[in-house]
Amino acid sequence: MFRNQYDTDVTTWSPQGRLFQVEYAMEAVKQGGCAVGLKSETHVVLATLKRSQSELSSFQRKVFKIDDHMGIAIAGLNGDGRSLCKYMRNECINHRYVYESAMPVGRLVRQIADKSQVCTQRSWKRPYGVGLLVAGVDRQGPHLFNTCPSGNYYEYKAMAIGARSQAAKTYLEKHFESFPAADMDELIRHGLKALQASLAEGELTAANCSVAIVGKGFAFTLLEDAAVQPYVDALKEDEPMQAEEAAAGEAPAAAEAPDEPAGGEAAAAAAEADGGPAPMEAD
Amino acid sequence: MAALGPSYQLGNPITKVHTDAASGEKQHATWSPYDDNGGTVVAVAGEDYCIVAGSTRLSTGFSILTRDASMMLQLTDKVVVASAGMQADRKALHKLLQARNVMYQHNHGRPMSVSAAAQLLSNTLYYKRFFPFYTFNLVAGLDEQGRGAVYNYDAIGSYERSGYFSAGSGKGLVQPVLDNQLKAASPLLLPPRSTITALPLDQAIDLVKDVFVSAGERDIYTGDRVEILIITKEGIRRDELQLKLD
Repeated sequence: MFRNQYDTDVTTWSPQGRLFQVEYAMEAVKQGGCAVGLKSETHVVLATLKRSQSELSSFQRKVFKIDDHMGIAIAGLNGDGRSLCKYMRNECINHRYVYESAMPVGRLVRQIADKSQVCTQRSWKRPYGVGLLVAGVDRQGPHLFNTCPSGNYYEYKAMAIGARSQAAKTYLEKHFESFPAADMDELIRHGLKALQASLAEGELTAANCSVAIVGKGFAFTLLEDAAVQPYVDALKEDEPMQAEEAAAGEAPAAAEAPDEPAGGEAAAAAAEADGGPAPMEAD
Repeated sequence: MAALGPSYQLGNPITKVHTDAASGEKQHATWSPYDDNGGTVVAVAGEDYCIVAGSTRLSTGFSILTRDASMMLQLTDKVVVASAGMQADRKALHKLLQARNVMYQHNHGRPMSVSAAAQLLSNTLYYKRFFPFYTFNLVAGLDEQGRGAVYNYDAIGSYERSGYFSAGSGKGLVQPVLDNQLKAASPLLLPPRSTITALPLDQAIDLVKDVFVSAGERDIYTGDRVEILIITKEGIRRDELQLKLD
């Protein structure tokens, strides 16, 4: 990718005002398996694509329950993801112990972001190589947050991260206005459809995707394998009806997806010259 | 320094406290960190069920603090911890156990078994070996084979599995009745028999209720109401028994 003299240290600025190590860490997130999150007025749904190392191995876990009212989906370095998951679980347990109530989602996300920022400003540390989609419900209602290695975090109505997430985002952008009123099953269907858009080849099966839901009065529940099969099947039934819409809507999306790696290289060439647009601004 | 004590002096006496102690006159604290808030808990294990019950009266000295306090903590669908003794220590202990329970579920991906919970409680109690929790605990639930399990503890974590047990202010009145009704005819029989009762569930519930009524008659700290949790493979069901309010 980028190769220049300002990218050795996380504490070295480039003349264009960029921290390349942090941006490289965000690349790690983009290389991870796709994860999609979307919320309605009452529920938040996470849908993720699980990868497996080989035919012999199991699929990597991408969704973790943090507490009854909160869970995360990760994209990027799984080890870093697990480490943050452990931290979040601990914080929630301690919060319940001290305050006898559920940890507010935004507060925990902010703590993660602060933790991530520290790693961008110490020469003896490295940034976390994982992006989280945090789905949770608190007294303010359902929330979906995205954290990234830079220490930035945003709240979203719907978001996708990881490989070929642009295709999923395109689907979400097209349909997000119908999410607030959607019921749980519709929300899951949208999530899986968005996920499907990011598939390079093959199709969604109960083995390679997992879905999680959390809502007001609905504890965080992870659906995998047999539990997610009915939703995957329902998706297949929709397919013939939506074939025309797909042909129209997904053509530009499909055109965009293969462009991404090519676009990445073009940006790399540009970066050598003048640094190119910073990833945060490109989106 | 003061005269030598009746037996010997420990080292060099530094203050009056030490010399008094050496002569056998020890000063005692004017304040105790402990208080007994009363109440009785009972647990009975059957072939495929476990009943655990606790009175709901909270008292201090000769006064009633509330008629509506729970002594039990439901950890999972199959495990309940019941604690008699001091309310403050009970609450603190139950909070700790619940936090550890959540941690266990995160790390193991499944709920705690009754034997795991039993060991966890023992370790937690022994952790405070030199400033114990003033709680007299019972762990009740279904074991991995689906049979009833009751574990009884002392204040610092010594524990044993049994078929039934009681703890708290009414223990002295309750335990002999349970021994009479549930224990094998002769304790000299070998091999030692399991004391898990063969009684059907409804009869065991009646026995537990009778035992509380009797305890409520003579123990002033047991009364108001009894909260009964019935653990079966279907889950945990709740029952209540009204007791005299005197």
